[in-house]
Amino acid sequence: MPTQKSEIRLMKGNEALAEAAIRAGLDAYFGYPITPQSEVLEYLTEQIPKRHGLVLQAESEVASINMVYGAAGAGARVMTSSSSPGISLMQEGISYIAAAELPCLIVNVVRGGPGLGTIQPSQGDYFQATKGGGHGDYRLIVLAPASVQEMCDFVFDAFKLAEKYRTPAMILSDGALGQMMEKVEFPEEGSLPHQVPTWATTGKKGRERNFITSLHIEPEKMEMINLHLQEKYKEIEKNEVRYETFNIDDAEIVLVAFGLPARICQKAMELARDKGIKVGLVRPITLFPFPKKILSDISKKVNNFLVIELNAGQMVEDVMLAANGRCPVHFKGRMGGMIIQPEDILEEIEKIVEQPIMQE
Amino acid sequence: MFTTDEIIIAGFGGQGVLSMGKILAYSAIYENKETSWMPSYGPEMRGGTANCITIISEKKISSPIVSKFDSAIILNQPSLDKFEKHVKPHGVLFYEASTIIKPPTRENVLVYKISAIEEANKMGKKQISNMIMLGAFLEIKPLVKIESVLAALKKVLPERHHHLLPVNEQALLRGKELIELNYHVSV
Repeated sequence: MPTQKSEIRLMKGNEALAEAAIRAGLDAYFGYPITPQSEVLEYLTEQIPKRHGLVLQAESEVASINMVYGAAGAGARVMTSSSSPGISLMQEGISYIAAAELPCLIVNVVRGGPGLGTIQPSQGDYFQATKGGGHGDYRLIVLAPASVQEMCDFVFDAFKLAEKYRTPAMILSDGALGQMMEKVEFPEEGSLPHQVPTWATTGKKGRERNFITSLHIEPEKMEMINLHLQEKYKEIEKNEVRYETFNIDDAEIVLVAFGLPARICQKAMELARDKGIKVGLVRPITLFPFPKKILSDISKKVNNFLVIELNAGQMVEDVMLAANGRCPVHFKGRMGGMIIQPEDILEEIEKIVEQPIMQE
Repeated sequence: MFTTDEIIIAGFGGQGVLSMGKILAYSAIYENKETSWMPSYGPEMRGGTANCITIISEKKISSPIVSKFDSAIILNQPSLDKFEKHVKPHGVLFYEASTIIKPPTRENVLVYKISAIEEANKMGKKQISNMIMLGAFLEIKPLVKIESVLAALKKVLPERHHHLLPVNEQALLRGKELIELNYHVSV
């Protein structure tokens, strides 16, 4: 007889993320459909009326993010999701939410850009996600899943972090991860309790008025707000860095990749090790805060970094900052919705290790 | 024995390409194996060719995206033209007899020509040709048991289609027989 653990399910990344959000005690979802993430809205629309929470298809992405702003201000556990062009539309609202110090979850299932682009997977929104995106000096906490299981798990992590630091968190996924199916095991519903915070605008009966705004006309005040935000981001950088390493100890060349390409790199690493090339891999899990220290440490021992991304080279700049000239940082990417293959990465690895090491 | 099998299934939209992969993946879960299913979801799916990569493994799967395959199940000519060269040496290639006029020419691959559409028509239900193909494939590559496929089908098919389970079972068994009775192999 076939045996099956009842809690293990086979699901698309987008569906797993939506199911996880319900189990994480989501109070409200506001969104607008766009390929390749529409399954999130579809799944929630089907499930939420039977369970708990509110789901609303807004009239646009701009409306969605402002509804998120309002609901977060009222103390709700709230999220939205979209794909690249839709996330661009949301940037003004995200900047306001960051300035107003409200927790929420924003999911970007990235597709190829720029412009309306393609519906195929990409990582072209790394800069937008990690360097601010909207106007002003702010950061999001950015988590990059690499499996359907992480599409589930990171929803819980993102809500926890967003609420701990009162700041928006983003899950930066991609079209392939959204559409593919894998096994997933869900945490119990109700395992992430949530109380309405004391700062929330819930009606001032019996207490002082709570006031949430991002408008501070006096520059002295606005500078204080900025200093406070920067302190908070430093705290996040100190406490919340996450990454995964593979075969670092004896590695001569170390691949650096986030999200699904990190798994393609794992395969390339296996192929290279079969040929006797000592390859390691670092997968940043939090893109902000970026795992600078581990990369800095590794740069003292290895001959080369090779950064693999589905873009023209964005995270590679952060890897270069971490390496700070201690070892060469190479880059290989595909763009516009094209996916890099393990064999392409192997070829690049072979090219690099065959090069004589340059003496300065 | 196998540890990992990387399978490409490709054909026209409507031939049951994506569902064949999905059913394989569900069956793998029934046997506590690791699995991943990566569909093509682009414009080609909206009225052209469709494909999916299904991986079944006894260990954790690294990349769900690969470009070389242990097994290929090919249901139309454009897909054969595209994927024939991507089958690993000593891999298997199954192809649909009625839609593919230029047969594969690879010599280091086990090739199986299956008349799944013709058999499905004979059985009076053309939608089951993919299950006939799957039955044939599993006879050569027993990655999952037929019972697991049936259990998966029961789970995947909405209740209102459960009356179709027996005909799907017959189709799987017919596919197995096709291999037993009459297979074309070139090595």
